[in-house]
Amino acid sequence: MLKIENLHARVEGKEILKGLTLSVKPGEVHAIMGPNGAGKSTLGNVLAGRDGYEVTAGSVSYGGVDLLALEPEERAAAGVFLALQYPVEIPGVNNTYFLRAALNAQRRHRGEPELDSMKFLKLVREKLKIMQISDELLHRAVNEGFSGGEKKRNEIFQMAVLEPSLAILDETDSGLDIDALKQVAEGVNALRSSERSFLVVTHYQRLLDYIVPDFVHVLADGRIVESGDRSLAQRLEQQGYAWLAEHGEPAGAAT
Amino acid sequence: MSSPFVQSMLAAAETMPPAHKLLDAQRRERLQAFVEHGLPTTRREAWKYTSLRALEQRSFVAVDPDAPVEVDAAQWALPGVDGPRLVFVDGVFRAELSRLDALPAGLRLQPFAAPAEAKQATQDDMLAIYRQEIRRTRDADHAFTNLDLALARSGAILVVEQDAVLTQPIHLVFAGAPASQALAWHTRNMLLVESGARASVVEHHLGWGEQSYLSNAFSDIQVDRGGTLELIVLQQSAAKATLIRHTDCHLGAAATLRLHVLELGGGLVRHDLHARLAGEGARLDTRGVFMLRERQHVDTQLAIHHQAPNTASDSVWRGVADERARGVFRGAIKVAEGADGADAALSNKNLLLSAQAEIDTKPELEIYADEVKAAHGATIGQLDERALFYLRSRGIPLAEARALLTAAFCRAVLQDLPNEALREHLSTLLSERLPADEAA
Ligand SMILES: Nc1ncnc2c1ncn2[C@@H]1O[C@H](COP(=O)(O)OP(=O)(O)OP(=O)(O)O)[C@@H](O)[C@H]1O
Ligand SMILES: [Mg+2]
Repeated sequence: MLKIENLHARVEGKEILKGLTLSVKPGEVHAIMGPNGAGKSTLGNVLAGRDGYEVTAGSVSYGGVDLLALEPEERAAAGVFLALQYPVEIPGVNNTYFLRAALNAQRRHRGEPELDSMKFLKLVREKLKIMQISDELLHRAVNEGFSGGEKKRNEIFQMAVLEPSLAILDETDSGLDIDALKQVAEGVNALRSSERSFLVVTHYQRLLDYIVPDFVHVLADGRIVESGDRSLAQRLEQQGYAWLAEHGEPAGAAT
Repeated sequence: MSSPFVQSMLAAAETMPPAHKLLDAQRRERLQAFVEHGLPTTRREAWKYTSLRALEQRSFVAVDPDAPVEVDAAQWALPGVDGPRLVFVDGVFRAELSRLDALPAGLRLQPFAAPAEAKQATQDDMLAIYRQEIRRTRDADHAFTNLDLALARSGAILVVEQDAVLTQPIHLVFAGAPASQALAWHTRNMLLVESGARASVVEHHLGWGEQSYLSNAFSDIQVDRGGTLELIVLQQSAAKATLIRHTDCHLGAAATLRLHVLELGGGLVRHDLHARLAGEGARLDTRGVFMLRERQHVDTQLAIHHQAPNTASDSVWRGVADERARGVFRGAIKVAEGADGADAALSNKNLLLSAQAEIDTKPELEIYADEVKAAHGATIGQLDERALFYLRSRGIPLAEARALLTAAFCRAVLQDLPNEALREHLSTLLSERLPADEAA
């Protein structure tokens, strides 16, 4: 389980996360909403261990381990997966090759045997049932020339293959057409289990009609300022974030 | 008064066997020219980034062609390259290591020896080369060219006769064997692809000893009308080796030269690659990469001269420098008056993997013709941090992620090499040059 306490983080000397507290139990789906620039992607990057994000206070433990002390690749091997808001194009690196290298690196790290190419292809075929992407995309360079939607599907496909225990989806729904949105949501739902938790960052309550969250949080100005069930998302959809201001103290401050 | 280097070259000249009197005269003249000018300094534009001051203070011993050498032929085995082979060890031709039996029809492949010891045919070959040279560079002050003309005792002669189509690649091996003292040798090669002929050649420089050595080579390449030469240069010299190469290419009408160069080894490496697209419709494709570590210094000087209409050149070069290595690349394209409709493209991208590494790149473009298409670009950068994070966030450890991205960066250089077995092997060699451990 993930336990974030009073997390403060800086980017380029600027404080972005200002005392963020959040707990996620195994099997739970937490949606995180909030205005542009609030720090949602920053939270994802801090959890995944990206360079340049300096944690100045607070703690993050995952499965009892100090997550912040681990390198990004160690976090991945420990089960953390971040689907990026803007997936990166990597010319010259074949998508399938990359995914196999990633899976085998994680398996090595966990002391599990590596998958040979036969076994890996079998796994890929199986996972394509969860998240369909074309053969052509599988064999192209990672995300190179992929459309926005194809990149997002590729992220979910990677997630299906890597089987993380904590998946952070940063606006995976942005830029998807209705059908793709449903497919992505179905993919996520197929991967829901009592051992796997999700942090779903989104601007649209529509996604939450398909991926039904256990909790909804509002992240504003670097803190969780409001938490509730999915009705909170509907309320935000109707009223925007303005009403939060009148709403008093941030929720994070109370804990 | 003269430097240890020059003195040692003079001493080497004393050991040259007597030759044809024209050659002897020519050699003396060249030696004279070399002594007069000495080694170039960094004040010379072409040597701006490559200092020879350390080399100047060193001396080298001439190779004794009769001294026994122990080498293992497995050193130069290459997948996909098992045809005819010519092997030189320390600049000395080794028949027992070569494979010259059952040469395909249309291929002439042989060494030339010192003419006094040689059969009539090789004497003529060598004289022909010298005459050509005298014509071309009458008053050149190129130190290493002069040295080569003065002191070369061997080299490869390769002729692909008119309309011959050779399927098996030809392997030219220039090895430096482990030695107890610093040796120097000079070789002179001639590759001629006659009209309508096709061939593929691997020029392979390698060494694996601890000792330093100097290998100085001059290669003359000529592709006649409608001929095609595919040349792959694999440079894996010993860590302390000094390797100086000058490659002079002449392309006739509708001739094609496709060149792939991998610079992996050596301590101090300089390659001057000059190409003249002299016949209408001639085409030159060059692909090259250097991948450097430690204190390696590799300097490539590419000069492409479009001299005839509708000639095309396309050059793709990549450079990677790690640790304290230094890479230099100059890509100069000149489109002469009258070479209308020429198409010249050059891309040179470089990657610095450490803060102590350095790469200097200098593209140059001169156009004096009409309707010319020219694209020219050079960049120096670091690994993309976003891509690195992306790979790591999926579980790939930092060192592996760096290796993966670096290999991807170099991929463009090998992807159009048709010999698949060789391509795979070269791509593995590139990956293996990368440091296994992280030193960010
Ligand atoms: N690398 C960076 N350099 C400088 N500022 C940054 C950097 N990364 C994030 N920031 C700043 O931190 C703040 C929070 O950014 P973040 O991307 O976390 O917001 P967000 O909540 O994900 O917004 P959005 O909904 O628009 O995706 C913004 O003001 C952003 O400009
Ligand atoms: Mg964001």
